[in-house]
Amino acid sequence: MPCSPDPGSAPPDTPDTDRLTEDWRRRFDCAFDTAQSIFADCLTAAQEQLGGASVAAYVDAARFLCKLGRGAEPVLAFLEGWPAIGALLGPGSLEIVLAWVRTIQRTSNGDVLGAFFQALPATATSLGSRELLEAYLELLTEVAQRSSVSIHRGHAILPSQALPELVRIAPRLLQQVNLQGLRTWAAHGLRHYARNPERQAGYFAMRSADSRALFQSQRQGTLLRTHERPMDLYLRALWDDPVALISYSEAFDELRRPQPYADARGFHLPDLRVDRDGVSGLDQYRLILAHLAAHRRFTRSLTADNVSPFRRLCIETFEDARVDTLLLKRFPGLRRPLLALHPRPEEHACDPARESCIRHRLTMLSRAILDPDHGYRNPLILKFTGAFHERLRQTAGDTSDMVELATEYLIESRLPSDAFANIRFADTEVPYRDDNRHLWHFIEIDDASDFDAASGPAPAAQSSVVYHYPEWDYTTQSYLADWVSLYEHLHPRGQGEDIERLLHKHAPLVKRLERVLARLTPQDRERLRRQEDGSELDLDWAVRSWIDRRSRRTCDQRVNQSFRQVRRDLAVSLLLDLSASLQDPVRGGDSTQTILSLAQEAVALLAWAIDRLGDPFAIAGFHSNTRHEARYWHIKGFSEAWRDEPRARLAALEAGYSTRMGVALRHAGHYLSGQKKDKRLLLILTDGQPADIDVSDPDLLLNDARQAVLELERDGILCHCISLDPHADDYVRKIFGKQFSIIDRVERLPERLPEIFLTLTT
Amino acid sequence: MDPSDVLHDYRVDREPYYRPQTDEVELFLAAYEKRLPVMLKGPTGCGKSRFVEYMAWKLGRPLLTVACNEDMTAADLVGRWLLDTDGTRWQDGLLTLAARHGGICYLDEIVEARQDSTVVIHPLTDHRRQLPLDKKGELVQAHPDFQLVISYNPGYQSVMKDLKQSTKQRFTAFRFDYPSPDVEAEILVRETGIDPATASPLIELAKSARRLKGHGLDEGISTRLLVYAASLMAGGVPAARACRMALVDPLTDDDDIRATLEHAIDALFP
Ligand SMILES: Nc1ncnc2c1ncn2[C@@H]1O[C@H](COP(=O)(O)OP(=O)(O)OP(=O)(O)O)[C@@H](O)[C@H]1O
Ligand SMILES: [Mg+2]
Repeated sequence: MPCSPDPGSAPPDTPDTDRLTEDWRRRFDCAFDTAQSIFADCLTAAQEQLGGASVAAYVDAARFLCKLGRGAEPVLAFLEGWPAIGALLGPGSLEIVLAWVRTIQRTSNGDVLGAFFQALPATATSLGSRELLEAYLELLTEVAQRSSVSIHRGHAILPSQALPELVRIAPRLLQQVNLQGLRTWAAHGLRHYARNPERQAGYFAMRSADSRALFQSQRQGTLLRTHERPMDLYLRALWDDPVALISYSEAFDELRRPQPYADARGFHLPDLRVDRDGVSGLDQYRLILAHLAAHRRFTRSLTADNVSPFRRLCIETFEDARVDTLLLKRFPGLRRPLLALHPRPEEHACDPARESCIRHRLTMLSRAILDPDHGYRNPLILKFTGAFHERLRQTAGDTSDMVELATEYLIESRLPSDAFANIRFADTEVPYRDDNRHLWHFIEIDDASDFDAASGPAPAAQSSVVYHYPEWDYTTQSYLADWVSLYEHLHPRGQGEDIERLLHKHAPLVKRLERVLARLTPQDRERLRRQEDGSELDLDWAVRSWIDRRSRRTCDQRVNQSFRQVRRDLAVSLLLDLSASLQDPVRGGDSTQTILSLAQEAVALLAWAIDRLGDPFAIAGFHSNTRHEARYWHIKGFSEAWRDEPRARLAALEAGYSTRMGVALRHAGHYLSGQKKDKRLLLILTDGQPADIDVSDPDLLLNDARQAVLELERDGILCHCISLDPHADDYVRKIFGKQFSIIDRVERLPERLPEIFLTLTT
Repeated sequence: MDPSDVLHDYRVDREPYYRPQTDEVELFLAAYEKRLPVMLKGPTGCGKSRFVEYMAWKLGRPLLTVACNEDMTAADLVGRWLLDTDGTRWQDGLLTLAARHGGICYLDEIVEARQDSTVVIHPLTDHRRQLPLDKKGELVQAHPDFQLVISYNPGYQSVMKDLKQSTKQRFTAFRFDYPSPDVEAEILVRETGIDPATASPLIELAKSARRLKGHGLDEGISTRLLVYAASLMAGGVPAARACRMALVDPLTDDDDIRATLEHAIDALFP
C-alpha cells in the first residue's frame, strides 16, 4: 500500500506508538522535509507488510539513501515503494538492491537512482522473484558499463544516456518479454550503437524502428497469428458463432493499453498474450472470445446520447457481470481462469477523500457478483450483488434490467470525489473484457461503401469462342434466356518447368501420396471367374462342377479365378475460381505467396495424382466482369495429356474480376457430359461466394449457382466445392448441399486438395 | 420352443430400449403393413440398428442382420453349395432364409458391399417379391411376412460409394439424425444409469463437436460414443478422462481440434 504525505501530520493513535515512531525517526535521521513528512505513514506500511527485524533494515536503508547525495528522490521513492516490494520478494531482496546501489553509486551513473527507485515497484512486480531481480540488476550494471562514454583517455567518464531510459521503460517491457528477451534486446542496442550515445539512448527509449522490431521478435507468449484456427474452432464449437479475428499490438501503446473490442469487421484481439495468474495465453484468448461471444448472444445495444460517462461505466459493469454470469452458467469450468484474471481490489485500498473511487467500487461489485467468496463487507456492494442475482434467478435477464440496476446503484453510491480527476485505476482492469463499444450506438451517418473498381488482367486480345447461357432468377423462379455471354479462351502459356519445380518442392507430400495411390489400386481389383487357369481355386464353381461330375453330367473345367485391375470409370473436371481475391497474400505466409500461387501448387499435385490414377480430367479457370463478359480459360482438356502444354498454361495463371459461378459450372458441365463415364465429378475450387459487379442482390448469383448444381445433378454430374473461405458454411451449403469441403488453413491446400479428391473417389 | 421355427435363433426375445425420435415407429409399421422395403439413412451411431431391432421385436418378426463389407459376395446373401460327408448340401444365405421363412432382413451399411453383390436384392424389392437362386435352380417366392431393410450413411461424400439410382429408388426412406438434446439425454440416462445433470454437459460437448464437422472432423460425436462415455462415467471414471477416451481420441488426430474439444471438456465439467 503506498503511503502518502501527511502535511498536517495526522495525530498519532496513542502516545506510545508516537514515541516509538519518534525513535525510528531519529534512527532515520534524514534532513529532507518531504521525506520526513511521509515517514510516519510509510513506517506503518512497513511494519504491516515487512514486520519485525526487516523494519530496522528498511529504516537503515532509507537513511543510507538519504545520505548518498543524490537528492531526495531516491529516498522518497524507496520509502513509498519498498514495503510492498519487500513483501513481494521476501527477505534478502533489500541486501541485493543495496549492494547494487553501492556499485552504481561509485560510477558516473549514480544519478539514475531516482528513476531506478521510481520504477522499482512496477519492475519488481513484473519480475516477481528475488533471483530475477538480481539478474535484472546485473543487466543494469552491464548496460551502465558498456554505454558510459569515456573521454580524455579514460580520465573522465560521461554517464550513460541509455541506462535511465532502460530503467524507465523496463517495467513496461517486462510485461511482454521475459528477462532473457529484455537482455537480448538490450545487447543488440549496446552492440550496434556503441559509438553513438544519442542514438543508443533512442534505441533504449524504444524510439527507433529497429529497436521496436527487435523487441517484437523477443516477445513471448501465445501469438494470435499462430492460433487463429484453434480460435476459430473454439468459436464454432462452443458458441456456434464464427467471427473474423483481427489483431492489434499492445507493444507500443504507451498511454493506454488498448482493450479487445468488437465491431462490424469482427473481434479485435491483442496480438500476443503472456501466461499470467496461472492462465495460459491460449486460455486467456478463449476467455476474451467467450466474453465477446456471450455479449453477441445476450447483449442488446443502447443509445449512448445523453448518457453520462459514469452512468455508462456503471451500466457496462453490470452488463459485463451479467454476461459473465451467463457464461459461467453455461461453462462452469471457466470459473477458475475467469476469477484468476478478474482483479480483486482490496476493499479499503481506495481513499475517497483523495481520489475518485468509482472504478475501484465497480470492480469490487463485479468481483462480488462473480465470486461468492469475495469477502467484501460494504453494505451497498452486498445489497446490489443480492439484487443482481435476484433479477437473474428466473431468467437470463436483459440489458435493460442492468440499466435499471446500474442507475439505482449509481444514485445510492455516489460520492463527491467520484468526479476527481485522479481516478484510482489500480486493480480495476479486467483483462478478458472488451471495451463495450458494441453496447452503445450513436446516431450517425453510415459511411458510404466505396465501390472497388474491377481490376485485373485486361482480357487477352486473342481468339475466343462465345457461348450464351441462361441464368436463374429466383425472384421470378424462371430462367433469363441467353442472359450471360461466356467467352472461352485458351489460357496463355508460361513455363511448364515451374510446375515440375512445385512437385519437387512438395517431394515429401508426393511420396506420401504415392503410397496412398499405390494402396488404392488393389481395391480396384475385379474378379474374373470361370477361368481355366487362374491364381486361385473358385470354390463355388469347383463344388458345382464336382456335383456335375458326380451326377454324371458334363463338367466344366473352368474352376479357377483370377483378378485384374479395373480402370476407374470416372471423369473429373476441375474448375478454378480466378477472381481478383485470389491475388490476396496468404495470411501468415511470406509476401510472395498468394492464394493463387497456392492453388497452382495444389492443382499441380492433384493433376499429377489423377494422371497417375489414369482418370480422364480437364482443368479450366473462370471469372467474370458483368454478364456480358464471363470468361472461361481452358487449361487442360480431357483428351490432352498432362504434359508440357497444359502445364505451361497452369504455370501462367492470373487472377482478376469477379465470380459468376453458375455459368462456369454449366460450361464445365457441358464438357463433362460429353465424357461417357459411369461417374462424373466436377470439382470447383473457390475462395468466396458468387458475386459480380452488375448484381447487387447476392442471393441472385447464389441461387443461380444452386440451380446450376441441380441441373448438373440431373445430368448425373456430382459437383463438389472446395472452399477457401473459412466462413463459407452457410452459402456453400446453400449451393452445394452436402458436397463441400472447407479448408480453414489455406496453406494446407496443396496437401488437402489431393486428399479430398481421393476420399471422394474411393 | 417350436422346432419348426427355423428362425428361432433370430428372434428378438426381450424388448430392446428404443426412444423414438418422432413418428418413425408408426411410419415403419405402416411400411411393414404394405411390405414396402425400407432404407434407413443417417450418420453412424445414431440409432438405426437399434431401431430395426426394436421394430422386429414389436412386429414379432425374426431379425437377420448382414453387416455388409467389400469382400461380401452374392453367395453370402443368397446361399451356396457346401460339401459334406455324403455329398453336397445347399445352405441358404441370410437373405434367402429371411425370404423363405418370413423374417426381416437387415443389410447394414449396404454401400460397403460391391454393387454386383447387391443387385440380387432387386427382384425382392418390387411387386414380384422373388429371389432366384441361380446356382440351385430355384425361384424362392418371398414369405408374406418377409421385409427388407437396408441402412446407409450418406456422409461419405464419395461418388463411388453412393448407391445406384436404380437401387435407391426401390426403397422408402427414413432419415435419421442424432437425437435432439432432450431425447439424447434421456437415452444416456436410460442406457447407462447416469443422472440427468451429468448427461447434459455430455450432450453440450457433442453439440460442440458436431459443429466442427467439415472443419477438420468428418463425423461428429455419435450417440453411440456418448453412451460409451456415459457408461465409463457411470462406472466411476472421472468425467474428463471418460470424455477424452470415448469422445476425443477416437474421433480425431488433428491437434487444433483436440485442443478445442479438450478445452470444451474443461469448460463444461468443472
Ligand atoms: N433412439 C434411441 N433409443 C435408444 N438408444 C439409442 C437411440 N439412438 C441411439 N441409441 C444408442 O446409440 C447406440 C448406437 O446406435 P446404433 O448401433 O443403432 O447406431 P447405428 O445408427 O446403427 O450406427 P451405424 O451406422 O454405425 O451402424 C445404441 O447402442 C444405443 O445405445
Ligand atoms: Mg448400426
